[in-house]
Amino acid sequence: MGRKFWLPVATLWRRELIRFWREKARILGFVGSPLVFWLVIGSGFGNLAFFFPGALTLTVMFSAVFSTMSLIEDRREGFLLSMLVSPAPRSAMVLGKVLGSSTLAWLQGLILLLFLPLAGLRPGLAGLLEAIAALYLISFTLTALGFLIAWRMESSQGFHAIINLVLVPLWMVSGALFSMSTAHGWMRWLMKINPLTYSLSALRQLLTRQVDPASPGVGESLLVTAICGGALWAAATFAARQKTGRSFA
Amino acid sequence: MIISVENLSHRYKGRAALSGLSFQVAEGTVYGILGPNGGGKSTLFRILATMMAPAEGRAAIAGFDVERQPDQVRARIGVVFQSQSLDKKLRVEENLASQGHLYGLSGSVLKGRIDDALRRLGLTDRRRDLVETLSGGLRRRVEIAKALLHRPSVLLMDEPSTGLDPGARRELTEYVQELRNEQGVTVLLTTHLLDEAEHCDRLLLVHQGKRVAEGAPAELKARVGGDVVVLEVADPQAVRQRLVDRFGVAPQVRDGTLRVEIGNGHRFVTEVVEALPGAVQSIALHKPTLEDVFLDETGVGID
Repeated sequence: MGRKFWLPVATLWRRELIRFWREKARILGFVGSPLVFWLVIGSGFGNLAFFFPGALTLTVMFSAVFSTMSLIEDRREGFLLSMLVSPAPRSAMVLGKVLGSSTLAWLQGLILLLFLPLAGLRPGLAGLLEAIAALYLISFTLTALGFLIAWRMESSQGFHAIINLVLVPLWMVSGALFSMSTAHGWMRWLMKINPLTYSLSALRQLLTRQVDPASPGVGESLLVTAICGGALWAAATFAARQKTGRSFA
Repeated sequence: MIISVENLSHRYKGRAALSGLSFQVAEGTVYGILGPNGGGKSTLFRILATMMAPAEGRAAIAGFDVERQPDQVRARIGVVFQSQSLDKKLRVEENLASQGHLYGLSGSVLKGRIDDALRRLGLTDRRRDLVETLSGGLRRRVEIAKALLHRPSVLLMDEPSTGLDPGARRELTEYVQELRNEQGVTVLLTTHLLDEAEHCDRLLLVHQGKRVAEGAPAELKARVGGDVVVLEVADPQAVRQRLVDRFGVAPQVRDGTLRVEIGNGHRFVTEVVEALPGAVQSIALHKPTLEDVFLDETGVGID
């Protein structure tokens, strides 16, 4: 892996950050709705602390998934076109895009973390740093998922459908709205096989400094998230390397 | 031959986009692919640019197969797309730097290349501008600067003058000529515009994915021979018959006009006007154009 790999990775990553900085409205857009959700639901149930990890996950999910949506347009009319006809390896393109978009998602998560005191959560410095690291891992995994979905999509309408039909429901049954200990029967199983449950469980336990015996432990949760992230990234790289007989434009 | 295409065929969902197309391009040529939109030009462009694998046949650039050796081909081609491939939110120089990174260029080498490209295309004072603030003509110049950054030996351009005003078009043509003359770059461009095609060294006329004719513009026009006379008349079929009987010519009827190819067109014009008083609404004489070549071979026009 020499400079022919890392230069494209770095340039794509940097490009995402520059674009993001120049479109600051987007920052508010992705942080805004989870923030409102959290304040409304959390205040309504009188439990801002419980709903905080869910809002954090939602922020990262929206940001990760929407910033990979730009791939659909980008390869028809945009910078990606040049990338496709350059000798830069496709694996570098995938990694650069995933690193760039996941960094943005993570930064937006960090913005939401500023509201931690309002949630009444005091994880301490160690807990906070662990949560911040876990948040990046979650961002990476969700961005890799977004890449994989966007790569095969012809239109952004299809992408919206997947978000509404798959991702939002996954988030709902991840423990964001009710804890695993209060779930019964099939719902419990659904939560157990939902990878997002593990992301949420790790964040909640790191931020509250409490062990929830009904949920998977922090170590197990991070491992599951990392395995999913690695698998999705590999799948995205594989998909991007496929030769195609169909046109992109 | 720096570009060699043999028997290329491609279909989209059963519809043939290219059928058995073959041609060769010599080094240092400005080569035009001329034809109506939807005639297979874009498919050919995508195959040559390594974006798509052909269903049948082969294409090679600088001796490398576009399907099996895409990386070698990619290192040697510069590509200017019809749609924009710039990042609008980035500055001109940032776009160029990103492009350089994709080709493994960095540091002082990259900086030198960027300065050089900006100067050549007259963009030096625009280097810090965001691409979204530039006009269409300037953006196209940035696209070209970007495509040439890694010094490719072949430049592929898809409908390069689309959306440009006449001034910017002229500039583009001049720059392409300069590129060939001074740096020996081979340029392959697709177009449906006759004036753009006129400036190419050689042309391939394509229609429905097939080769119609090939040659230098002057050579192709010489094949039509003589002059072209176009008559606008009220009743084309009746007038056509009278022209056949009287002058022994073979007029084509198209869109309510009659088109006659004939030597000594000026004499024919006077004779027709005298022979058919009142029947002719207008009559025009011109030297054969590439449109006439295309019409002769396919029976349809380019536009």
